[in-house]
Amino acid sequence: MAKRIDVESLNVYYSDFLAVQDASIKIAPLTVTAFIGPSGCGKSTFLRTLNRMHEVIPGGRVDGKVMLDGEDLYGPGVDPVNVRRTVGMVFQKANPFPTMSIYDNVIAGYKIAGTRKGRNELDDIVERSLRGANLWEEVKHRLNRPGAGLSGGQQQRLCIARAIAVEPQVLLMDEPCSALDPISTLAIEDLISELKTRYTIVIVTHNMQQAARVSDRTAFFNLAGVGQPGRLVEYDETTKIFSNPSEKATEDYISGRFG
Amino acid sequence: MTEPDPLEEELRSAGAVADEQRRAAPAPTRGPADPPSSAAGGSGTVRSSISGQSVRRGDRVFKGLAAGSGAVLLVVMAAIAAFLVWKAWPALFAGDANKGNLFTTQKWSFSSEGPSNFGVAALAFGTIVSATIAMAIGVPVAIGIALYISHYAPRRLATVLGGLVDLLAAVPSLVFGMWGLYLLVPKTQGFQSWLNEYFSWTYIFDNTRFTNPNQYGQSLLMAGIVLAIMILPVVSAVCREVFLQTPRETVDAAWALGATKWETIRTAVLPFGRAGMISAAMLGLGRALGETIAVALLLSSAFKINGHLTEKAGDTFASTIALKFGEASGTPLGIPALITAGLFLFVITLIVNSIARAIIARKKDFTA
Ligand SMILES: Nc1ncnc2c1ncn2[C@@H]1O[C@H](COP(=O)(O)OP(=O)(O)OP(=O)(O)O)[C@@H](O)[C@H]1O
Ligand SMILES: [Mg+2]
Repeated sequence: MAKRIDVESLNVYYSDFLAVQDASIKIAPLTVTAFIGPSGCGKSTFLRTLNRMHEVIPGGRVDGKVMLDGEDLYGPGVDPVNVRRTVGMVFQKANPFPTMSIYDNVIAGYKIAGTRKGRNELDDIVERSLRGANLWEEVKHRLNRPGAGLSGGQQQRLCIARAIAVEPQVLLMDEPCSALDPISTLAIEDLISELKTRYTIVIVTHNMQQAARVSDRTAFFNLAGVGQPGRLVEYDETTKIFSNPSEKATEDYISGRFG
Repeated sequence: MTEPDPLEEELRSAGAVADEQRRAAPAPTRGPADPPSSAAGGSGTVRSSISGQSVRRGDRVFKGLAAGSGAVLLVVMAAIAAFLVWKAWPALFAGDANKGNLFTTQKWSFSSEGPSNFGVAALAFGTIVSATIAMAIGVPVAIGIALYISHYAPRRLATVLGGLVDLLAAVPSLVFGMWGLYLLVPKTQGFQSWLNEYFSWTYIFDNTRFTNPNQYGQSLLMAGIVLAIMILPVVSAVCREVFLQTPRETVDAAWALGATKWETIRTAVLPFGRAGMISAAMLGLGRALGETIAVALLLSSAFKINGHLTEKAGDTFASTIALKFGEASGTPLGIPALITAGLFLFVITLIVNSIARAIIARKKDFTA
């Protein structure tokens, strides 16, 4: 089910501003890929091109190719809505729908798609997704309470549950743990390792240990200078990146000698 | 007649006061419960730097001001209510001086010698029906305009449209009334008779009196339509602002789940704006209920409850107050009866506002 992603020389723009230049990357199915790099180098921007969320921003556009199992996401006749149903996303800031209950948040994807399902089936989906996100035990007694009433870490796991409820083939995560305590972070890292058996996962993180712990491969993005576009500098096995990177910039960054 | 009636103005602001009052009311009562905050922070005795209470003059001044404003609002509210009841008293409890029943009689006639004969039934009917038509047409259109401006229109067009809507809000109601009377009414005679022809089964569009299109004219339907246009600007301006406040993250969440534009609006924007939309609708309703001059021009007074909306009949509280003020002072109950009409309008506004508040409060946990 999980799909592979091949990006070929992708340029990403905000109106006229080139944010990411000439990025190419091959992501194998059922792997975890980490994006690391200094702030503003275009990790989020690049990540959002993988499910066509980039073009939601006014002026956002790309040129180049993003292939999902050989099919160009930006090809003619491809509906971004279908792309986003296939490639799920979890954001840096937990964003449950404030007007919905925990239950409704989890099944939001089905409601949006207008999929008709019986109550029992929905109950199953909610339980399965919440268990998948390690949240079930904490919320099973208050599924009808507002999702926004949970703690930050719980909200983030709720968002993960919402993303996996619709069974995407790829899951993109933009700094999913940046606002979480070490325990929630660990819970989410464990979760990523579990989800890896079913989904292709791409995760942006500023936490080197996290990248080292959860990912199979790591991509290092960097900025050549202020006002310059971000570039994908190095992409390799995580162990290689963290032990013996080929690029000097990568080594400087991971050893904290950046800048 | 061209001036907005002062009484009507007062009534309308009373509606707004009623609104404010609920929010501000708790403020004064909270005062005494607070610990005294003065006399702390003084020197002399040995104190650690965090003991005692620092004097926050700004806080106290502001709290005083806020509580004071709340109290003023309460007093104004009570004063208006008391004034209305006091002045309406002779008509409210007219006894034998009123042959009719205050609530059920569909008449508005006064005499200086014998008993008068009046009741607010027709006025209440006209007020509620015209406001309902206005809301039924105006609010959905206003929400549509607001959504278009906030989420569909290209930025430049959105700015222009937003400006136009605001401009519409500045048009005096007299102009709307004249436009309705001299343009809309004659131009819609065909439409009204068409309604009668094809929709007479709905009862409300049935017209039992007219046989020829050019007999159609002033009617509750026309008043409702003009009111709908009059409430458009305020409702859509408020809704637009509310929709623009939808958090980016919430909208992104919907997009990322594969929502189309409309689905994003349905899952993120509209639920988020629910309370705001209700408040906006209430502002519009306030205007529709209290509108005087435009309605007075567009209705032909008959003091009869008539469910056939295109027939010539219809009075509202506000239009009656405006139209009957001149002759009212000639009879002992004329003015009290008009003030009674004002009192009813005041009470209706209060009830509607309370219902709206209750609806908003019901889902309070589920708002951002
Ligand atoms: N909505 C936007 N409009 C215009 N420029 C943007 C927008 N969002 C980001 N940028 C620019 O694109 C570049 C890359 O930003 P991006 O958010 O992808 O960085 P990032 O690597 O995710 O940084 P961080 O680690 O801080 O999240 C930056 O120069 C940023 O200023
Ligand atoms: Mg980022």
